[in-house]
Order: sequence, then structure tokens, then C-alpha cells
Amino acid sequence: MLRAMSASSPLAPPRGARGLHRFANPGRFLRLAGRVLPWLTAAGLTLSAVGLVWGLFFAPADWQQGDAVRIMYVHVPAAWLASAGYFALAIASAVALVWRHPLADLAAVEIAPVGAAFTAICLITGSLWGKPMWGAWWVWDARLTSVLVLFFLYLGHIALTRAFDSPERGYRAGAILALVGVVNLPIIKFSVDWWNTLHQPATISLFGAPTMYIGMLWPLVFTALGATLIFAALVLARLSAAVLERRIRALLAATARDYVAEEGHLA
Amino acid sequence: MNHLPFIIAAYAVALVVPMVFGLEARWRLARARARLAALETRRRR
Repeated sequence: MLRAMSASSPLAPPRGARGLHRFANPGRFLRLAGRVLPWLTAAGLTLSAVGLVWGLFFAPADWQQGDAVRIMYVHVPAAWLASAGYFALAIASAVALVWRHPLADLAAVEIAPVGAAFTAICLITGSLWGKPMWGAWWVWDARLTSVLVLFFLYLGHIALTRAFDSPERGYRAGAILALVGVVNLPIIKFSVDWWNTLHQPATISLFGAPTMYIGMLWPLVFTALGATLIFAALVLARLSAAVLERRIRALLAATARDYVAEEGHLA
Repeated sequence: MNHLPFIIAAYAVALVVPMVFGLEARWRLARARARLAALETRRRR
């Protein structure tokens, strides 16, 4: 009877959000994160270590670029995660705006600095690759510029979520910025096809065969998977800390309320 | 190996930045756990 009432209640979460709301319980989320985090970290570190050593010492040099092509094993995973991280930020923002999922706001806040860090790695390693290959640290090429815009979108989100006295208003403003900024993701992806750029076009696609030598592709797959797991582990650890910090703030507020009530009663 | 300084610098950046983030997340999580445990103990008293 109670179950039937809660399912039809106007206060019950929408049908699509019920699965997500199972993880809205902070205790349940923290238990799950605590179990997953060590495995995620270990798998991410192992895959990255194997891929980086393979790419640095055993993969062949490129016939045109020489050994500078080895920068690809750190640059490409960072570039993938810069875009994928922003996509995750946008999904968390949409879930927060539409379903008011209590962890989605915190997830968006914690994804943004990690995404910004990986975007910075992408830009710096790209610059370190560009100097010996193109003869310039930076060019205002469509791909480079759109990734720089992505970096500024991340920084804007970080600044906006912390710019309000009320955290909820900051989360909402950040979520709107994150959703508007999604338009930059296809621009990054297709910039090398739409405009004449110094940056090379994609060599790996989901639907076609890769145009890369297999001896170079495998270490890249390892570093990309490893970096993805490390990204997820970083976000999960930061999100767990954020959930605990929110609980601390709630406890401190409750303690202060109790104290004020007690003082008022005594007066 | 040609272009070695560029390769070393790129790998150093790619290793150091996530490592700093990982250590910061670990420290933040440990501090939050300790603070919460202390607060809950104090409230129970």
C-alpha cells in the first residue's frame, strides 16, 4: 500500500530518474565508491604504466615525425578525456537541472577541475609536440583554438559554481553554462574536417578501420583506457570527499541550531 | 632518440598533474573522514 502510494505520489521522482535516485543516498554511494575506488585506481595505474612504457620504449618511431610521435601516447588520451569529461559534466548538469538529483550537482562541481586539468595536459603536450613538428609552440588553428575555448569553459564553470553565496544558485548557473558549452564539442571533433588546419585529421574512428600502424595503436589503447579509469577514480574520490564535506556542513549547522535553541531556552 | 627534451617534458606533465590531483583527493577524503568521525563522536556525547 505504502509502496503504491509513493510510486504514484507527485513527490516521487520521475520514472526515468528512479534508477539514478537509488544512488542519491549518500551512505549507499559512499559504500559503493569505497568498494570501487581501489580497483579503479589499480587498474588505471597498471594500464597506464604498461601503455606508457610500451609507447616510450617499444613502439616504433614514425617515419616522418621520428620519436616525437611518442608524445601521442600522453596527448591523445588527454584530448579524448578533455572532451569526454565535458560531456560527463553536461550530463551531470542536465540530470541536476531536470531531475534535481542531489549528487549530480556535486558530480558536476567535481568533474570540472579534473576535466580542466586533462585539457591543460592536452594543450601543454600538444604545444610540446607542435614545436618540433610545426616549428611553433602555438598556432591559432581551429582545433587548438576550440580546445582552448573548452579549457575556458571548464574554468568558467569552476568560477561560476563558486561565485554565489547560495551554492544552489551557483550549481544552477554552472549547469546552464555546461549545457550551453556542449556546442563546442562537435566543433572540436569536426574542426579538422571543416577547416584547413595544421592539426592532423582523426586516425581512429568508431566505425572505420584505424589508419595507424597496429604496433602504435595498442599502446595508445592501453594509455587511453588507463587514463579514462584514472579520470573516473579522481572524480569518484573527489565526489566522495564532497559528500562527506556536505554531511560535515549539515552536522555543524545542526549543532549551531541546537546551541542557539538551548541558549534561547536558558534565557 | 630525437626530440628527447620535448618527449620527457610531455610525459612529465602528463604524470605530475594527475598525481597532484590524486594526492589532493586522497588528502581531502582522509581529512573529511577524520573530521566527520570527530563531529559525530562529539554530537553523540
